[in-house]
Amino acid sequence: MRTLDARDRGVLIPAVISVPVMRNESELRAALFARAGIDAVGVENRVAKLATRSLKTSTKLRAIDLAMSMVDLTTLEGADTPGRVSSLCAKAMRPDPRDVDVAPVAAVCVYPDLVAHARRVLGESSVAVASVATAFPSGRASLAVKLLDVAEAVSAGADEIDMVIDRGAFLAGRWGQVFDEIVAVKAACGAAHLKVILETGELVTYDNVARASWIAMLAGADFIKTSTGKVGVNATLPVALVMLEAARDFAESTGRIVGVKVAGGIRTTKDALRYLVVVNETVGDAWLSPDYFRFGASSLLNDLLMQRRKQRTGAYVRPDEFSGD
Amino acid sequence: MTDHALTSPLGALTYDPAPESTAIAHLAPSYGLFLDGQFTDAAQHEQFASLNPATEETLATVAQASTADVDRAVASARRAYDKVWSKTTGAQRAKYLYRIARLILERARELAVVETLDNGKPIRESRDIDVPLAAAHFFYYAGWADKLEHAGLGPSPQPLGVAGQIIPWNFPLLMAAWKLAPALAAGNTCVLKPAETTPLSALILGEILQQAGLPDGVVNIVTGDGTTGAALVDHPGVDKIAFTGSTEVGRLIQQRVASSGKRLTLELGGKGANIVFEDAPLDEVIEGIIDGIFFNQGHVCCAGSRLLVQESVADEVLRRLLRRVDQLRVGNPMDKNTDVGAINSAAQLARIRELSDWGEREGATRYTSDCALPDKGYWFAPTVFSDVAQSHRIARDEIFGPVLSVLTFRTPDEAVAKANNSTYGLACGVWSEKGSRTLWVAQRLRAGVIWANTYNKFDPTSPFGGVRESGFGREGGRHGLEAYLNV
Repeated sequence: MRTLDARDRGVLIPAVISVPVMRNESELRAALFARAGIDAVGVENRVAKLATRSLKTSTKLRAIDLAMSMVDLTTLEGADTPGRVSSLCAKAMRPDPRDVDVAPVAAVCVYPDLVAHARRVLGESSVAVASVATAFPSGRASLAVKLLDVAEAVSAGADEIDMVIDRGAFLAGRWGQVFDEIVAVKAACGAAHLKVILETGELVTYDNVARASWIAMLAGADFIKTSTGKVGVNATLPVALVMLEAARDFAESTGRIVGVKVAGGIRTTKDALRYLVVVNETVGDAWLSPDYFRFGASSLLNDLLMQRRKQRTGAYVRPDEFSGD
Repeated sequence: MTDHALTSPLGALTYDPAPESTAIAHLAPSYGLFLDGQFTDAAQHEQFASLNPATEETLATVAQASTADVDRAVASARRAYDKVWSKTTGAQRAKYLYRIARLILERARELAVVETLDNGKPIRESRDIDVPLAAAHFFYYAGWADKLEHAGLGPSPQPLGVAGQIIPWNFPLLMAAWKLAPALAAGNTCVLKPAETTPLSALILGEILQQAGLPDGVVNIVTGDGTTGAALVDHPGVDKIAFTGSTEVGRLIQQRVASSGKRLTLELGGKGANIVFEDAPLDEVIEGIIDGIFFNQGHVCCAGSRLLVQESVADEVLRRLLRRVDQLRVGNPMDKNTDVGAINSAAQLARIRELSDWGEREGATRYTSDCALPDKGYWFAPTVFSDVAQSHRIARDEIFGPVLSVLTFRTPDEAVAKANNSTYGLACGVWSEKGSRTLWVAQRLRAGVIWANTYNKFDPTSPFGGVRESGFGREGGRHGLEAYLNV
């Protein structure tokens, strides 16, 4: 047994990146089955305990600011129009017009046909344009259609692509197909960052979530993302924990840090801070940045603004104090 | 892995203090004995202090019950048994138990704060575990009170009479609930003797019993040291002794009770083995080990104080375990983010130190978290010993503190042999994704409680108790009724 010392602290990420190459489906299967299983009761216990952490005063303020910087302000509706996207972009660049200290959010997230418009409105700001693609949200289209979807979004100026995996193929056990599709989409992304949506609400078990996370990371995902926001079960704390632990183990074994994005149903500051606590206590500070952790949300931003004002002034303001985008 | 690893520190987002307010505790400067439904002074007016182990400040003084006071308590319990409680129907008894359960929940925050002040355990645990579980025990046994003849213990089970109940300092309120709820449901009256260092929550419970309108004398609470407990054990008017505490004291009690005709149940020490197979769910294993040994500062009779890990995964488990140990937040028990609180007493701290020193002396490799410890109070940083051999004292003696001994094994047979190679037999854990192996191992372990892929989980419906030097008799569940019934 090795000697015990302080070298073992924290998450150890090799400085040299070396991701194993999966040459065929059986190698992928072997890699996935070599991993320890996930015990559902244990995962849920752990997050229940972490959810009792109490963030006060300056910690709370810091966490709120951090959460705001991690928001992908999202509109993914059939009714989206250039006008709607313009107002979302304005909100993203200046979340609180009365307080210049409030930094812009990380990105706006739109459908591919509105990418060019969002790009124009955002101009030179630090806010990135993220676009869903690959026949979002169901992913039910041929690979050719999916790649075209990605190519259009990228050529329109998308900085980040949020693709969906083929859940049908995953659940049918065709993991190689899921892997190959992500590899192809990653190639089509070029310089754009790739977020891979696992749609964990359809994968159901934590073992599935962990396996899909590994498939996506091995295939080249820059981010793994929980949900489209379009199914019954979206981001949950236990699912986020499983994905973060997968990202941590992947970073420890390959040197590559893959980000995690939680999306769908996160509406309150309390929710967001619980996610940050899980990040803080399971993967550590490397992930505590918009480069590696994001919230896909819309109404969350206003609650963060309201709680921020409350922390600073001691009083709640009425909801109409902030714009309703 | 390359030599040039970057480290991402865990817990870099530091948390500001988040202390629970102590104002709700409303502690009186001094407490008397709870006899015949009233708080009264001890016959000799002798008081002793109950300390906050996190600050060494006196919280309140409590009465030292003498033999004469124990006489009064037993007489009061006998009177209540003969005149009232034995004539009270099961449904009526249930009514009181339900009331007590609801009042515990109504005063949950106060009880949690008192428990943490008096014991030193983190407020998160007293708030989320001790107090809700105490209420759950009363709720559960309330349901049995009018169904005793359907408990599978014979057609007409009868109460024993007066039960003398002696409880430890590690879960003061919860142990009071474990003792009182089944005894009252079964129709007995009680004399409860809380631990010397943690009497306060039991006295608040006395107030709750008054609030609930429980007939006078059905429960009497005598505070004091070991002499009070001895007087209760020796009292001829007691029909049953239930004791939770050390094996050493349990042995003495068994000698004194022998041939007295008193019924006896003992819930004593342990040296629980937490057995981790190579296919176990790794991240959950780490949490299970942490919960197993650092829950309640390791002041848990069923603590998983021996980690038996399959040699093929030992390095990886140990690396992840130490990373997690470093993250434990040790300090002010009243802070809502504290994971490990204060050691309950100076005496216990001395024992933990002594046994840990033995670990080093016998050649085990020690790792102690370098977390900052407060200046005042009784503290011991979370500690892990690896390279521990079966013959080391830290693998055999109960430390009853935040100290884990790590041993390895090669095969399931060896794991079972090492786990069973202990004079104790209270609890074990088995971690594997393979159900058939878990069952194979569980059948061969000599322990009263076996957890699979979890540890230190308690529920009123589940019987708890040990074999061999961990005692006999069960608390909790249908089995827990039997300890208080003639069947």
